[in-house]
Amino acid sequence: MKRTRLAVVAGLVGAALTLAGCGGSDALAPDTSSAPPADAGTIVVGSANFPENVVLAEIYAQALQGKGLNVQTRLNIGSRETYIPSLEDGSISVIPEYTGVLLQYFDKNATAVDPEGVYTALKAALPEGLSVLDMSSAEDKDAVVVTKETAEKDHLTTIADLAPYASQMVLGGPPEWKTRETGVPGLKKVYGLNFKSFKPLDVAGPLTVQALKSGIVQAANLFTTQSAIAENDFVVLQDPKNLFAAQNVVPLIRTDKVDDTVTSTLNAVSAALDTEQLADLVKQAEVDKTDPATIAKNWLASKNLG
Amino acid sequence: MIDLMLAWLTDPANWTGSDGVPVRTLEHVVYSLVTLAVACAIAVPAGLWIGHTGRGTFIVAGIANGLRALPTLGLLVLFVLIIAPLIGNDLAFVIPSLVALVVLGVPPVLSGTYAGIQNVDPAARDAAYGVGMSGRQVLWRVELPCALPLMFSGLRSATLQIIATATIAAYVSLGGLGRYIIDGQATHDFPQMLAGAVLVAVLALLADLLIAGVQRITVSRGLTGRYRRTAADPPSAGPVAGGAGSEGDRVLDPV
Amino acid sequence: MSEYFTWLLDNAGQVTALFWAHTKLAVIPLLIGLVLALPLGWASRRIPRLYTPMVGLTGLLYTIPSLALFVALPGIIGTKILDPVNVVVALTLYTVALLVRTVADGLAAVPEDVQAAATAMGYRRFRRLVAVELPIAVPVIAAGLRVAAVSNVSLVSVAALIGVPQLGQLFTSGFQLFYFVPIVWGVVLCLLLAFLLDAVILLVARWLTPWTRAAQA
Repeated sequence: MKRTRLAVVAGLVGAALTLAGCGGSDALAPDTSSAPPADAGTIVVGSANFPENVVLAEIYAQALQGKGLNVQTRLNIGSRETYIPSLEDGSISVIPEYTGVLLQYFDKNATAVDPEGVYTALKAALPEGLSVLDMSSAEDKDAVVVTKETAEKDHLTTIADLAPYASQMVLGGPPEWKTRETGVPGLKKVYGLNFKSFKPLDVAGPLTVQALKSGIVQAANLFTTQSAIAENDFVVLQDPKNLFAAQNVVPLIRTDKVDDTVTSTLNAVSAALDTEQLADLVKQAEVDKTDPATIAKNWLASKNLG
Repeated sequence: MIDLMLAWLTDPANWTGSDGVPVRTLEHVVYSLVTLAVACAIAVPAGLWIGHTGRGTFIVAGIANGLRALPTLGLLVLFVLIIAPLIGNDLAFVIPSLVALVVLGVPPVLSGTYAGIQNVDPAARDAAYGVGMSGRQVLWRVELPCALPLMFSGLRSATLQIIATATIAAYVSLGGLGRYIIDGQATHDFPQMLAGAVLVAVLALLADLLIAGVQRITVSRGLTGRYRRTAADPPSAGPVAGGAGSEGDRVLDPV
Repeated sequence: MSEYFTWLLDNAGQVTALFWAHTKLAVIPLLIGLVLALPLGWASRRIPRLYTPMVGLTGLLYTIPSLALFVALPGIIGTKILDPVNVVVALTLYTVALLVRTVADGLAAVPEDVQAAATAMGYRRFRRLVAVELPIAVPVIAAGLRVAAVSNVSLVSVAALIGVPQLGQLFTSGFQLFYFVPIVWGVVLCLLLAFLLDAVILLVARWLTPWTRAAQA
């Protein structure tokens, strides 16, 4: 009796594991879209770990799904330094990117600053196997921001104005800023700024906003599309030396996933999007707390792209 | 991969400055010690009282298990969002993180303490009352010393968990060795990440050895039977074996 | 309060998918870990010289932070960076680490006269293990499994930091948006899952050991 019960349990455990094993990693993959398991024909849309990028990824995913493609999503993967390798190893197929920072990722000595120049240089700098489709006019720039009080006290309007004060200031930003060309090293190289220290926070999220508000850091990295800037009276410092080159939204995609349907669909999305709408999409996510999938669905419907 | 990690660990540049290994280790130790002290300050008296009086065992055991099931990452972000805006200085992210770690540390210490007291040989307790000890004296002179092995077991488990989990506090901008893991991940720097993991593991091992040493000194030899051991005896199965605890009471968790 | 339920209804599909993914990521390592721990635990019980190194080695595994293990595994075993298999392997290691000692101690707790009686009845080593010793060790092993199950549920959520979708993603996305609702639901659902797994293990263990209740009755 005891033995048979134990045998039943052993059998069930074996069956469960076999099921999981047969499914392979697909059995573990999330069913976040109703698509069948990933195969060669499936497009996996990834996103970085900040709300705007998640919304853009949802827009890409739903637009492609609308064309009858098999689509899965892998959202909130992390920083560029993590998701580019996952694009290269095939874990994801496409991800919304920004031209300037992407160019600097592949070419640390890039000099182009205007949208067209950056886009041309980016196409040349991309490694084998990766492509970009059309860029959008929508732009979301990295920015160095300070509080209104700091800006008024030290008469700050541009990043260059920080020079006399930087040595007493703590700079806050995402962890990857510590080593990124468009982060601490770039601020030093281009503007000669040596901050007192760098505090790794999050990707322009609540930590960064909170740290700047409460004076834990005196200058911080946010995105120009964020409503938190206006909400908290933060001041975006101008970037006269173009450390942050043009940052147009662009789909970065594995070349082997490019076909006419994908190209025409994502190009149509890029064409329909502009900076103002992008800021509004970000506001819907960050302020109204609307679900990214819903934001994407509504926007696509409003553009007849769904 | 391993040689790159060793290169990272042996690079003198990584051992100096505000993000050098000594500073990060010190931060990690401070976070862990503060958390552990607070967790013990809550869990030990509660565990002693429950174990001694036998009151509320069921409820507290339930709560301790429930606390164990709470996802630390969820608590961490929740506490940061709730507490950080109220503080507004450098401690804004530190305090919520430590609170989340305290929640992690309480269950093992609490279970170890009350299980230790409850598992005291009833004969020993009766004898103590029999020679005229008061309830308080029984608790301090008999139950507590007898419960020490299981209490230490809980403490060691809590220490391991806190040291290993303090790494995710780097996600909400804290220092400590977790910085190497979070920063290494953000910049896709595997050697740095692995070095961070190794440093955490080494720190946890050292802490465990330290507590084991303290345990050896403080726990009565009458309980461990160490003075009786001869070459013929099998090696003791960890600190608890042969002590007061039954196997089901073990309070070791993975971290 | 209604905000919480509205959100849950609006996101029911996604939350269900995350809950299911979380369940799989927590349970599969538990089962694999148990299967691996049984022979290892048995071996360290049979060969006393193995016990201390085995328990020491597996204890060492605990000290590796889960996040570090999740991210380091692709470099060590050659999996893809975002592959959920990394999480499964990492949690399997933790489960084995916990259960090897539990299994060894559980088998050690089988009274010697019971073993002697079984031997006298003509049970060979393997049959004695499966038919006598293992069933008697079930309560102890189940206690270890319960701890492993509950802590797996919590550990899985850490994988959200590397973009593996499960309930932990409600923590990271809620955090980025300064939005309590998904975080609170994430915590609640993790608790629910932990209690469900705990209950299942408890029930299975009871069903496997009918004599414990017969003795009480």
